[in-house]
Amino acid sequence: MTSIAELIAGIKNGEPRAIGRAISIVEDGGVHGHSILAALDVERIEAATVVGLTGPPGAGKSTLTNQLIAHYRSQGKRIGIIAIDPSSPISGGALLGDRIRMMAHAPDQHVVVRSMATRGRLGGLCAAAGAAVRVMAGSGCNIVIIETVGVGQSEMDIVRLADITALVLAPGLGDDIQAMKAGLLEVADILVVNKADCPGAESLAMDLDGVVRERQKAPDNLIPKVCMTVASEGKGIGELAEEIARLDAACRASARHLLRRRQSQHLEILDWAMEMLRPRLLELISSETDDPVSDPRVKAMEILKKIN
Amino acid sequence: MTKETRKHRVLIAKPGLDGHDRGAKYIARTLRDAGFEVVYTGIRRTPEEIAAAAVQEDVAAIGLSSLSGAHLRLFPAVVEALRKVAAPDIPVLGGGVIPEEDFTVLKEAGIAEIFTPGTPVEKIIAAFSDACEAHYQKRNIG
Ligand SMILES: Nc1nc2c(ncn2[C@@H]2O[C@H](COP(=O)(O)OP(=O)(O)OP(=O)(O)O)[C@@H](O)[C@H]2O)c(=O)[nH]1
Ligand SMILES: [Mg+2]
Repeated sequence: MTSIAELIAGIKNGEPRAIGRAISIVEDGGVHGHSILAALDVERIEAATVVGLTGPPGAGKSTLTNQLIAHYRSQGKRIGIIAIDPSSPISGGALLGDRIRMMAHAPDQHVVVRSMATRGRLGGLCAAAGAAVRVMAGSGCNIVIIETVGVGQSEMDIVRLADITALVLAPGLGDDIQAMKAGLLEVADILVVNKADCPGAESLAMDLDGVVRERQKAPDNLIPKVCMTVASEGKGIGELAEEIARLDAACRASARHLLRRRQSQHLEILDWAMEMLRPRLLELISSETDDPVSDPRVKAMEILKKIN
Repeated sequence: MTKETRKHRVLIAKPGLDGHDRGAKYIARTLRDAGFEVVYTGIRRTPEEIAAAAVQEDVAAIGLSSLSGAHLRLFPAVVEALRKVAAPDIPVLGGGVIPEEDFTVLKEAGIAEIFTPGTPVEKIIAAFSDACEAHYQKRNIG
């Protein structure tokens, strides 16, 4: 692989090295990122189903992903995984361990797993994750799963990259349901109660059912189904995959799918634009502001006028 | 365009059958605290799994840990597996309870650096950092 043309051809052919390199180049803001992204197969990207798996730490997202990989592979599908973990705000480093649960699939050419750190990006995470989704879909992945811990705003934004979002919960992780109500519960299309083999799973499912019914009162909301799974034993996976497929088909049959894709595209464009603008803004701020008592808001307006 | 925001990405793996990964985890955490993005793959990995994961994750270096005494077989097997997936340019570093008389054999088999329990962490961090930098010079695109 010695040229960008070869790299782009490699992505189209599903070559792991090309896919891995391409995602890094885009994530690192490399000079060739643009030509790689512009050359991706748009039809493949449109056809792929992007699934978001989110939920509290330890709920079983990676174990569930591993089972979904096996399920989709048995149907002959090619699958991509993007597993996002937080960077340490102090060192900037990250320990990316989601892959541990999926390692048995590593040598399979039709399973592409990529671990990604949040890198403390204020923006930019959506841009990088969205680009990784597209590289994977462009390499022929029929399904792309994004795994992310369901806390914080950036994770909420990631959720919006997905066509279908599943919120994964488990009993015994504290009673976070009330806190989650306001956030993730509202955007989830599917609610998964994992660790259904553990005590408290039934009552968690009932609680969720209550929340769902409350939400039913709101007009034109699809009612999310509650799926019970035991990821560690592969139970309930077929049903979950079926529900994902059913929702995806329903969304594509209505305007919902295009609406979602458009929303996520807008989000990513905004993210890229902010990333691109940031260095110029920082430069203007430091060169134009020598008066420490000037009002920040007034100053910001002045600087924005300069950019126009 | 956006500024380059590259981080050193490395993969830490524990090939072989013994179930202890304290050493591997310690190195993984140490490198994270030094600012690396560390993909950790857990215990009992085959050389093929390690090579495939390294390619997908596009890491700039691989760190292997072995306590079982099988390093003479396992470390070179990872180098060989990398060759098979067309990634011979990714450097492999190894650590564990490794007697000095094995160093030459391992280096000849393509292991870039070898650490033992006595190696100071600063030296390990520097070795990974150097390996990553050298890899960026060698690889073709980006
Ligand atoms: N009893 C039981 N344990 C499970 C089940 N699914 C996962 N686990 C265990 O729960 C622990 C966490 O699983 P992970 O898959 O790593 O969870 P995660 O949500 O990906 O965790 P983070 O990535 O750290 O947020 C592991 O020890 C799993 O073996 C299940 O259905 N039942
Ligand atoms: Mg996980």
